[in-house]
Amino acid sequence: MQTGTIHNRDKFLQTIADRLGRKQRTERVPRPHWCHQPQWTVFQGYSQDELLEALKAQCPRIHTQCVETTSAELKETLKEVVANHGGGPVVTWDDPRFDEYGLTHLLRDEWPKENTDVHIWDASAGRKNIDFADKANVGITFSDITLAESGTVVLFSGNGKGRTVSFLPKTYIAIVAKSTIVPRMTQAAAYIHEQIEKGHLVPSCINFITGPSNSADIEMNLVVGVHGPMKATYIVVVDR
Amino acid sequence: MPMKIGNANFHERVETNLHNTFMRGAVAGAQERLHTRRLEAAKELGNWEEWRALGEEIRQHTLENLDYYLMQLSENVAKRGGHVFFAQTAEEANNYIRDVVIRKKAKKIVKSKSMVTEEINLNAVLEAAGCEVIETDLGEYILQIDDHDPPSHIVAPALHKNKEQIRDVFREKLGYKQTEKPEELALHARKTLRREYLTADIGITGCNFAIAESGSITLVTNEGNADLVTALPKTQITVMGMERIVPTFEEMEVLVSLLTRSAVGQKLTSYITVLTGPRDEGDVDGPEEFHLVIVDNGRSNILGTEFQPVLQCIRCAACVNVCPVYRHIGGHSYGSIYSGPIGAVLSPLLGGYDDYKELPYASSLCAACTEACPVKIPLHELLLKHRQVIVEREGKAPISEKLAMKAFGLGAASSFFYKFGSKVAPSALAPFTNDDRISKGPGPLKAWTEIREFPAPNKERFRDWFREHQKGGGK
Repeated sequence: MQTGTIHNRDKFLQTIADRLGRKQRTERVPRPHWCHQPQWTVFQGYSQDELLEALKAQCPRIHTQCVETTSAELKETLKEVVANHGGGPVVTWDDPRFDEYGLTHLLRDEWPKENTDVHIWDASAGRKNIDFADKANVGITFSDITLAESGTVVLFSGNGKGRTVSFLPKTYIAIVAKSTIVPRMTQAAAYIHEQIEKGHLVPSCINFITGPSNSADIEMNLVVGVHGPMKATYIVVVDR
Repeated sequence: MPMKIGNANFHERVETNLHNTFMRGAVAGAQERLHTRRLEAAKELGNWEEWRALGEEIRQHTLENLDYYLMQLSENVAKRGGHVFFAQTAEEANNYIRDVVIRKKAKKIVKSKSMVTEEINLNAVLEAAGCEVIETDLGEYILQIDDHDPPSHIVAPALHKNKEQIRDVFREKLGYKQTEKPEELALHARKTLRREYLTADIGITGCNFAIAESGSITLVTNEGNADLVTALPKTQITVMGMERIVPTFEEMEVLVSLLTRSAVGQKLTSYITVLTGPRDEGDVDGPEEFHLVIVDNGRSNILGTEFQPVLQCIRCAACVNVCPVYRHIGGHSYGSIYSGPIGAVLSPLLGGYDDYKELPYASSLCAACTEACPVKIPLHELLLKHRQVIVEREGKAPISEKLAMKAFGLGAASSFFYKFGSKVAPSALAPFTNDDRISKGPGPLKAWTEIREFPAPNKERFRDWFREHQKGGGK
């Protein structure tokens, strides 16, 4: 990776130090122990079952449908949810989890045979991915971490995991393994922070997505579906 | 749009806005709704005061060590292949961005909502460079196509417009043929703007929170426009006020939780996006080139002064939503893109007392703002400090206050004048008095009573009452 450039830093930081009445701080500043840490008390000690209940309770508030299924039933559930949203075209991540969850056959054979257009993200196809996603009715990804309190799916971008799969199509579907549910954003942030401390690079894009796109800019009336998806469904796989 | 809006003076602006009945109704309704939603969100958490204390602690620590965290941030952005430009002034920031635009031969630029780019008047510079600049936040888009109508609220910029007005603007400017239903208007904007994202050369965003430990920037929206602005164009430029930074993901998380609850009463908004550098090798979407412009533009002058706490601000507008003065005069009266209590504290600091000396007086000092602030900025105390500075150091108190104080000084200094004044006041003001209230007062009372009532002077003076009371005959 080529290193970027930094301009005008020294004078800028010196001005700040002068204003604060001390020398420039260049040595690592230890993170304080924060006196209050209320964020850890939310849903503290909840079991996975309780977290799932909390997630389900939040979904109507974010205009999102929540469907429970098992790994054995996942394929049929997904077919049904997509059909209910009006069918294809469908765009998905190129993600090994589709295979692990037994969905490859559906994506590569069943849907195409039923004349449902499917595009699996293909880095070598470049811009064509975006053109397809723009016209797609449904975009499907997995949730990497799921937040019960806010009803949020967390997506880590990567080569096969295009950012726009969750933004450009009219409908967004997230497949959520029950084991990925944590109480709130606190646990996700702590996990990412820990990865950074270990020297791992953070993905270039991390999305915290909470339901469909919306706006209240016109007379404070809530309109669901502005720039991004107009509808969202989470399919929770309860035995994963 | 620069930070300063229009050339009318404060009293002219207030006068105009007091007569805008739709605006006043809209503001009152919006305040009510946002305020209630914020209280409910806070109540749901149960320990809101602890959250506020944590927010304050994080912001104070970050400001105290701002030079270190900006150093760490810039190192990490560069490590990921992004370019960082530190801009002392608005001009330096604009010149750098213009150079990038020219180098990229950009013609079309899409933007997601950013207060700091408004503050430095970036759009004018980009347009002068021959670019088409499109605001993509629905509220900002409405204002932009309506011949750059100024924003009136930090979070809901088009709050002062009703749906019929928006429909007419869409008809005139976009050839819109449908009704004033918000759903239809939004759908039309969706279709129009989708084409713009897909064909834009550069995407420009603001920054809610930069994260020092990873060189990331965090964007908070409900519409998802910031995501399309950053995912589709080949070049991304992010502009941030220098104080908008946190040490790690863990502090970002806390502040985002405070921001979304305080701004709109949501646990999280629909889209919280954390971006680090340009796209990774092999990625298809995301920018090929990333620039981060860190702007001072007067902020460092606030550091180390009694006004430093104002830099804790996370731009949630909770203070705006509880302010009784904002409720009556609306956002445009402040003459600045930063309105409400935070605007009354910040605008004079960034824009100078010459333009904004009246704002610290546009406050009842009721402290509702301070109580609402999720990072505990003592807003009403800072307003008082401004007044002190204006009178003591700048000698710039508004004329009406000078005259009133002079008159009171004269009246109160002599026991004869005081006795006489308080004795004749009830009868002098009788023609203006109605049920013990004065709603259209003369002279110095005029400005006050235009927007609220003033209690009529008591017919029985305190001195008389006290004398009677001592005799044992008082009420």
